[in-house]
Amino acid sequence: MSTPSAATTATPSRWRALTHHHLFWPVAVLVALLLVNVPFTPDFFSIKMTDGHLYGSLVSIVLFGSPLILVAVGMTLVIATGGIDLSVGAVVAITGALTCSYISDQADQNALSAVFLAMGIGLVAAVVCGLWNGFLVARMGIQPIIATLIIMVAGRGVAQLITDGQIITINSEPYKLIGGGYWLTLPFSIFVVAAVVAITVALTRKTALGLLVESVGGNAEASRLVGIRSRRIKIMVYVFCALCAGIAGLMISSNTSAADGNNAGLWIELDAILAVVIGGTSLLGGRFSIGGTVVGALVIQTLTTTIYTIGVPTQTNLVFKAAVVIVVCLLQSPKFRAKVFGAKSGAKSGGTPDSAPAKTVTTAEAAPKMEVS
Amino acid sequence: MSATTKTPTAPDSRTTSTSAPTSKAAALLGDRRLPVLVTAGLFLAMYITGLSRYQNYGFAEPQVFLNLFIDNGYLLVAAVGATFVILSGGIDLSVGSLIGFTTMLTAWLVERQGMPFLAVIPVALAVGAFGGFLMGYVIQNFEIQPFIVTLAGLFLFRGLCLVISKESIAIDDATVNSMAQAQVQLGVGFLSISAMVALVVLAAAFYILHYTRFGRRVYAIGGSEQSAMLMGLPQGGTKIAVYTVSGFCSALAGLLFTLYIQSGDPLHATGMELDAIAAVVIGGTLLTGGSGYVLGTLFGVLVLGLIKTIIQFEGTLSSWWTKIATGVLLCAFILIQRAMTARKKT
Repeated sequence: MSTPSAATTATPSRWRALTHHHLFWPVAVLVALLLVNVPFTPDFFSIKMTDGHLYGSLVSIVLFGSPLILVAVGMTLVIATGGIDLSVGAVVAITGALTCSYISDQADQNALSAVFLAMGIGLVAAVVCGLWNGFLVARMGIQPIIATLIIMVAGRGVAQLITDGQIITINSEPYKLIGGGYWLTLPFSIFVVAAVVAITVALTRKTALGLLVESVGGNAEASRLVGIRSRRIKIMVYVFCALCAGIAGLMISSNTSAADGNNAGLWIELDAILAVVIGGTSLLGGRFSIGGTVVGALVIQTLTTTIYTIGVPTQTNLVFKAAVVIVVCLLQSPKFRAKVFGAKSGAKSGGTPDSAPAKTVTTAEAAPKMEVS
Repeated sequence: MSATTKTPTAPDSRTTSTSAPTSKAAALLGDRRLPVLVTAGLFLAMYITGLSRYQNYGFAEPQVFLNLFIDNGYLLVAAVGATFVILSGGIDLSVGSLIGFTTMLTAWLVERQGMPFLAVIPVALAVGAFGGFLMGYVIQNFEIQPFIVTLAGLFLFRGLCLVISKESIAIDDATVNSMAQAQVQLGVGFLSISAMVALVVLAAAFYILHYTRFGRRVYAIGGSEQSAMLMGLPQGGTKIAVYTVSGFCSALAGLLFTLYIQSGDPLHATGMELDAIAAVVIGGTLLTGGSGYVLGTLFGVLVLGLIKTIIQFEGTLSSWWTKIATGVLLCAFILIQRAMTARKKT
C-alpha cells in the first residue's frame, strides 16, 4: 500500500492528479483484489457462454453483489445529507416477507398480475418505512443513527410476524426472474441495478438535486436559510434509500425463492455503509460519489469471492472485512497520512491543514489543567 | 460549532434550570432526571400489570423479580460499558461480537487447551480491554468516526470467533458448572454469581461516573468536546479510556454470558450491542452524550428483561414480539428525549 507514495515524489504532477482522484483508492483496491485471484484461478477473468448465459467470476461478482450495490447507492444519498440508515436490513426482510407471503397465498403463483401486486405491496411497505425514518429525522430532529435504529430493532420482529416466524418458500417463475433469472445473456438483476444506478446518477448529477443533497449535508440550517427545503430533501433521501432496500429485498427473496424474516439482509446495512466509505463518501456528509459506492460494493463482493477462491476458510471472511475497513479508513484519514507518509517525506505534506488542529490540541494540553467542579 | 446551541452539560448544571421562572410542569419537563423516573415508573407499571395478570402463575414470587437480574446480568454489564461510551458522545457497535468472542475464547481455552477457568478470566478481560483500547486509540488519534471503527471491531471479533471454531464448544468444566449453579441466598430468594457481579459493576460505575474526576470528564466531553478541550481536559486520554472501559465490560459480560449459557458459540450475542444501546436510551441517557445516569441504564435493562418475562408468562405470544416491543419503547423514549432537549433550547 505504501509504494504509490514513493512514486508520488518521483513524478509529482501527473501522479498527484491520478492519486488524488476520488476514485483512485477504491479502484486500486478493487484491481488489487481482482489480481490476487489470478494465481489461484488462472481463468479468473475469462467469461464463458453456456446455454445462452454468460458465466464467469466477474459476472457472478456483479450478480451476487447486486443487492448490496442497490442498498449502498440508497445509503450514499442518506450519508450525503449527513445521516445514516441502519434500518435497511430490516426493510429488506420486511419487503421480502410481505411479497413472498402474498405470492404464497395465491392459487396460481405464476400469475403475472399477482406477482406485480405482491412486489407493489412489498415496495409500498418499504416506502412507508422510509417515510417514517424521514419523518423522525427531518420533522422530529432525531439523530439519524438513533431514528433508524428503531426500525432496525423492531423491523425484524415485524418481518417475523408477517412470516409467522417461518421461512416462507414460494414457487413462482416470474418472480424468480428478478433475482435469479437471465435476460439478454446476463443476469436480470444486473439490469435492475444498472437502471437504478443510471436513474440515480441522472437525477443527482444532471439536475440540481445532487447539489441540494450535498448542500443539506454540508449545513442543513444554512441550506434552509437560502431557501432549500432541507426537510423535504431529507425525507426524500430516506424514502429513496428504503425503496432501494426494498428492491434489494425483492432480489434476495427472489434469488432464494424464500422469505426469511430473521436472516434476510442480515448485516447488509453494515456492508452498505462499508461500501459507501470505501467509495470515498465522507460519513460527515456534504459530498458523495455514486460511482465510488458502486466500486466499494464491488470491492466487498470481490473480497468475499476472493476468500472463497483462494481457499481460505469462509469463516475468516469477517476478519478480512475488518482489515479492509481499517486500512481504507486509515488511508482516508488525513491525520494518519500525515503521520505515516508525512514522516517519511516531510516536505511533501509539510503544509497539510492537519498540522494546525494538531497544534491546538498540544497547546490546549499544555494549558493549566482545570477540573469541572 | 455554533456557540448558541451547546453548553457543557455536566450533571451539576441542572441546578441552573431551577432558576428559570417557569411553571412547575415546565420545570419537571426540564428536569434531567425525568427520563429515569419515567423508566422507573414504566417498570413499576409493567410489574404491577404482570402481578394482576399472572397472579395465579406465581408472578408475585420474589424469585421472579430476582430472576430479572440473573437472566440479564450480562446485559446489564454490557449496557453499563455502553453508558460510558454514549455519555462521552460516542457509540460502540462491537459490544455483541466482543461478548461472543469472549464466550468462544473462554470455551476454547478451558475445553481445548485445558486452562483452569479462573486463569482464563484475567486473560479474557485483558483481551477485551485491549480491544477497546485499540479502537479508542484509532478513534482518537486518526480522527475516524467511532461508528466506523467499532463497526470494524464488530467484524473483527465476530470473524475471530469463527477462526477459533465454526461450531459451538460446550463447556463441561467443573469450576464453570459450580460457579454457574452457585446461589447467593437473600432470604426471599437467591441471586447467581453473575447477578452479583453485575450489581458490583453497576455500583462501581455509579461511583466512577458521579464521584470521580474521570466521570466528570466523561460528562464534559459528551456535553461539548470543544469546550472540554478548551478547558484543558485531557480529552484524548479520556476518550480512549471510555472505549477501554466498554471493551472491559463487554469481556466481563462475555464471561457472565459464558456462565449463563455454558458454551462458546460463534453466533452468541449477535446484535446484543443494540440491546445494550436500547437499554441505555430507555434508561434516559441522551445519545448525543453528556447527560444521563447509569442507574437509568439499570432500569432500561430491567424493562427489557421484564418484557421478556411477561412474554414468557403470556405463553401464547411469540418471541418476535420482544423485538417489536423493544422497538416501540425505544421510539417512545427517543421522542421523550427529543421533547426534553427541544424545551431546553427555547
